[in-house]
Amino acid sequence: MNFDINKIRADFPILSRKVNGKPLIYLDNGATTQKPKVVIDAIEDYYTNQNANIHRGVHTLSQEITVAYENARATVQKHLNAEHPHEIIFTKGTSDSINLVASSFGKKYISEGDEIIISAMEHHSNILPWQQVCEEKGAILKVIPINEQGELILSEYKRLLTVKTKIVAITHISNTLGTINPIEEIIALAHVKNIPVLIDGAQAVPHTSVDVQLLSADFYVFSGHKLFGPTGVGILYGKEKWLNELPPYQVGGGVIKTVTFEKTEYADLPLKFEAGTPNIEGAIGLAVAIDYINKIELNKIATYEHNLLVYATEALQKIEGVKIIGTAKNKASVISFVIEGLHPFDIGTILDQLGIAVRTGHHCTQPLMQFYGLQGTVRASFAFYNTQVEIDVFINGIERAIKMLR
Amino acid sequence: MSIEETEQEIIDEFELFDDWMQRYEHLIDLGKSMPLIKDLYKTEDKLIKGCQSSVWMHSELKDGNVFFTADSDAIITKGMVALMIRVLSGHTPEEIMHSKLNFIETIGLTKHLSPTRSNGLLSMIKQMKLDAIAYRSTFEN
Repeated sequence: MNFDINKIRADFPILSRKVNGKPLIYLDNGATTQKPKVVIDAIEDYYTNQNANIHRGVHTLSQEITVAYENARATVQKHLNAEHPHEIIFTKGTSDSINLVASSFGKKYISEGDEIIISAMEHHSNILPWQQVCEEKGAILKVIPINEQGELILSEYKRLLTVKTKIVAITHISNTLGTINPIEEIIALAHVKNIPVLIDGAQAVPHTSVDVQLLSADFYVFSGHKLFGPTGVGILYGKEKWLNELPPYQVGGGVIKTVTFEKTEYADLPLKFEAGTPNIEGAIGLAVAIDYINKIELNKIATYEHNLLVYATEALQKIEGVKIIGTAKNKASVISFVIEGLHPFDIGTILDQLGIAVRTGHHCTQPLMQFYGLQGTVRASFAFYNTQVEIDVFINGIERAIKMLR
Repeated sequence: MSIEETEQEIIDEFELFDDWMQRYEHLIDLGKSMPLIKDLYKTEDKLIKGCQSSVWMHSELKDGNVFFTADSDAIITKGMVALMIRVLSGHTPEEIMHSKLNFIETIGLTKHLSPTRSNGLLSMIKQMKLDAIAYRSTFEN
């Protein structure tokens, strides 16, 4: 398919609305992405024509929606090139997926004195669950440092990998800096010592294709809403052998084979990890979103977004007093920056008046902000429906904000 | 001047502006001209932390009236803080506790008070009223 930006923008109804009397310019895609009409329609159709509970009834509606739900799982499997559909677990989102692995893996494999490796650029979602396991078990959290450009220092990582290391949990792409981490190498280095690796793919899946078999990732997690799908649904991919080994996370309806008051026999994968009635319309909406981006093709998306990144970076650098935070060689379409003497909140407030949505603050990466000695940054994160014209308006907005605030 | 009269004065002031830019420019000017809080009060226990910007606030009781000084790291927040101080500072605890502060809505700045803005302003108003309650209870004792 040709990359036709006008046609693509027309697929996203929200992009034609106004904010504070100005056309919306949505540059907060790192926080959440907008939804194409096909996804919105799929959710509406679910409640209009298909609603029933899955895996429960013998009636037609229940059977139809069970098939649709399992087809959604197969779509995710194919998208990640996982070996089996039951390696795909539907969760509430990235945080939920990481909590699941941290809790279940921690219960079985972590004990006092063990070490867990994360990095200095992690989102709080990939810090707190591990911190909690460490507190419970008396384990130690080890942090791979970064350099000034915002790249992981791999020599330090190699040093941290020891016989005590039980798991490595690293982000694929930094939500604050845009750094694309060399996860192939990170995984390979850990596997030499038989250490499993979890990759937080929340910021990566909207920008790049992921092949979990090629990567040999043990766990790969992401959220539906950052991939143009609905909120409240996420994915945990786990290698079959790991998911079979891990104990259930939450228990309740749907996770069992047999229950007596004395003992419960748990269901096979994937149901073992999907307690309660799941977010059915979320799963279905996510599959539609995946089909949608695959029709546009992720490699075309990546090229287009890279051009936006280069264009915006060059324009920003021309503004006096702007300092870009995160200048890794390998970057996704995320730009964090500060402006000398100005508070990110003030800049964000003025931009909002101009209809421009950016994120300001610490981006749920406070340790990273501490590294740079900052309270926060302004972050513009681009999706494939953004345009150079929008970036021009954004740059004008920044200049206007500077004039007002100085 | 009563709290309501000061509120009306601010409403009249903001009515002179045609668009949001002028309103914000005025807020920014107010922020820039606000007397700063004394450095000795810019401490952790005077800090009202928002997710986005922070406010330091100090209050004192003089002759039965409460006086506030404050500062913020963000200039627009500081402008809002300046307005709040102009309205509430120098009044009795009783008056402060019962103030409705409707002017914020009238001048079109309500969104700065929504919890999602997390700029510390909502917490600051709460703290101003809590301080007032605390001073009043010292009278009663």
